[in-house]
Amino acid sequence: MSVATKTDKIQRLAELAATKETSTGASLWREAFRRLKRSKMAIIGAVVIALFVVLAIVGPYVAPYSPTAQTWRNEVFPNRGEFVGARGENWFGLDHLGRDLFSRMLVGARQTLLVGVVATLIGLIIGFVIGGLAGAFATLGGDTGRRVDSVIMRFIDIMLAMPSLLLAVSIAAVMGQSLTTVMIAVGVVQIPVFARLLRGSMLAQGSADYVLAAKSLGVRKRRIVLSQIVPNSLSPVIVQATLSLATAIIEAAALSYLGLGNPDPAIPEWGVMLTQAQRFFDNAPMMAVYPAVGIIITALGFTLLGEAMREALDPKLRG
Amino acid sequence: MSLLELDGVKVHFPIKKGLLFDRTVGHVYAVDGISLKVEAGQTYGLVGESGCGKTTLGRSVLRLVDITEGSVVLDGTDLAKLPGEEMRRFRRRLQMVFQDPLGSLNPRQNIESILSEGMVAHGIGKDQEERREKIKSILDKVGLPSNALSRYPHEFSGGQRQRIGIARALVLEPDVIICDEPVSALDVSVQAQVINLLEELQEELGLTYVVIAHDLAVVRHISDTIGVMYLGSLVEEAPSDALYAEPKHPYTKALMSAVPVPDPEVEDQRERILLIGDLPSPANPPSGCRFHTRCPWAQAERCSTERPELRDVGGGHRVACHYAEEIAAGTLARTTGEVVPATREGVEDAPVSEELAAATVPEQAGPPEQESTKAEKAETAEKAEKAEKAEAVVEAAEQAEKAASAETPDEAAEQPEPEAAEAPEPEAEQPEKADKAV
Repeated sequence: MSVATKTDKIQRLAELAATKETSTGASLWREAFRRLKRSKMAIIGAVVIALFVVLAIVGPYVAPYSPTAQTWRNEVFPNRGEFVGARGENWFGLDHLGRDLFSRMLVGARQTLLVGVVATLIGLIIGFVIGGLAGAFATLGGDTGRRVDSVIMRFIDIMLAMPSLLLAVSIAAVMGQSLTTVMIAVGVVQIPVFARLLRGSMLAQGSADYVLAAKSLGVRKRRIVLSQIVPNSLSPVIVQATLSLATAIIEAAALSYLGLGNPDPAIPEWGVMLTQAQRFFDNAPMMAVYPAVGIIITALGFTLLGEAMREALDPKLRG
Repeated sequence: MSLLELDGVKVHFPIKKGLLFDRTVGHVYAVDGISLKVEAGQTYGLVGESGCGKTTLGRSVLRLVDITEGSVVLDGTDLAKLPGEEMRRFRRRLQMVFQDPLGSLNPRQNIESILSEGMVAHGIGKDQEERREKIKSILDKVGLPSNALSRYPHEFSGGQRQRIGIARALVLEPDVIICDEPVSALDVSVQAQVINLLEELQEELGLTYVVIAHDLAVVRHISDTIGVMYLGSLVEEAPSDALYAEPKHPYTKALMSAVPVPDPEVEDQRERILLIGDLPSPANPPSGCRFHTRCPWAQAERCSTERPELRDVGGGHRVACHYAEEIAAGTLARTTGEVVPATREGVEDAPVSEELAAATVPEQAGPPEQESTKAEKAETAEKAEKAEKAEAVVEAAEQAEKAASAETPDEAAEQPEPEAAEAPEPEAEQPEKADKAV
């Protein structure tokens, strides 16, 4: 007797309070954003990313020297193992051709961000379309739909079965050496990840009661997919996109390191700089440390934000 | 001519196996030949234990699952044969209220958007303005404030969410509403409110209901006719009062005997039929009468070979049992099963459908009897739930305090005093806070 009545009473009071407090209603997205703002991890991640983006935008304008001019080429002798480290004139020292490393780092940020963002976008967009189609067919297409879904997913499985770096290397090898190649190669590797994620999420949502309710209301299939299933399946994909940015930057660096990146070594990019530095690692380790630390901090920023978003968007933590 | 007629409806789900190519290795006979008629303006109650196919039957009426065989005729149109687009348009006349109030509402849509969805799909209302007016009038009917429009499902309580679910069905002005366990996910006290709402709406709008439930008290309260399902088929169908007064099928008898009587003297002398064994798998149903494996009156030959049809035994009472008359007259001896005093200890652990035994309560004038087993069960379940909720509740009560100090709500003031003594640990301080608020 008592417990039921009490719950009821408390509930009514709570409802009353809720009614007075918010009459506009808070969507799940807005609530997730509010939770995100409370997370330290998210703040740190966002700050790091913001700095990185600012750097990418203004880098070339604030760089003290030209990133390509071999101004101090008479001071470094790679053959004899003579390098110039950090000094008042050049904060990060010089590279093996006598270029200012600090300027190269600043300018290189743009290329690095571009590679990460474009590669992730390629993977996200193509993966989203493939996964979305498979998910839509699997949930609402009946028997034929499930067959279409199987065919699509076997294709995705094949892509997933290949080691990602190997796949990227072969794509880069086929398409030739260029920055675009690196972006496409890294992006293609991400496709199956996004496709599977979205499809799986859609399958889980597809059997939810509210989808059944929409069906029984007589809502058209396309609208069920677009306005019911997809919006509820997005969370894991958004999180994955953030995390993928970090991976993409690292993979792009790896491809550049293998010599498949931009054929023009003059244009600075952190991955390429890392590659070039390895030959002189014995005598000038700092030449490799700067771009490496840059990549690590950036990737960490994206990872932190991604993890915080995963927590903020998790419906189980709602409340 | 009845408004809704089901004739020999079968829903069989194929069981598929195979590495590359799926082979059908068998079927789950979820619904296996059900015929029934629902009259306009009436309520048809479907009861049965979990897994007996009552939800599948409800969904098949709306073609949310494919009908393997048989026909579902609504007002002269056979839904089972309607092609896709025509069926979609026909859904307007046939709506559903779901069991899980939260799960059946899209968490990312606000109430206005949820309620407009159906109208948009059927081209009702010229523009959003017109639709909003209609939604407001429906919200008023189901007892929700119109400021609910811009809010989201997670901001409502269970009872309110179910009201939204009912409103969603109502905006399309359907003839028939299928209620699939409309109150089983709600608190006992809220159950009565929702049931009453359903009844009021029926009176006002002349709705026809098919109510699916496992709670015998709920079904009795709301139904005009009741059908009892066992393993995919109807075993008994009768007007509500007749069924409760004199159940004729052995399965129904066993179900009814699991209901405690609120009079202790009657309860002490009452006998209870305990069924033996588990519910057989619907993938491999018994031959002959589906119930013969557990029937206390099962006869050697006929019951296991010949499947009994539903036959009228007078007064619109239909029974699917070869020996209904003999059992009623007491001329047939029990062959198996156990009859025990209802008050024997440990009876609750008996293998009779647990869900039914637990959720069964005799009908009361108002909200269901609190002292009965149901309330006890509900209490234990709630305690577990409470522990989780406790934190949220504290927060909510603090908000309530603020709100109430500004403006004392009359309604809340009339609530009975909560008893703190029985409250579970994390909740103990809670009612006091709530009191202060009032």
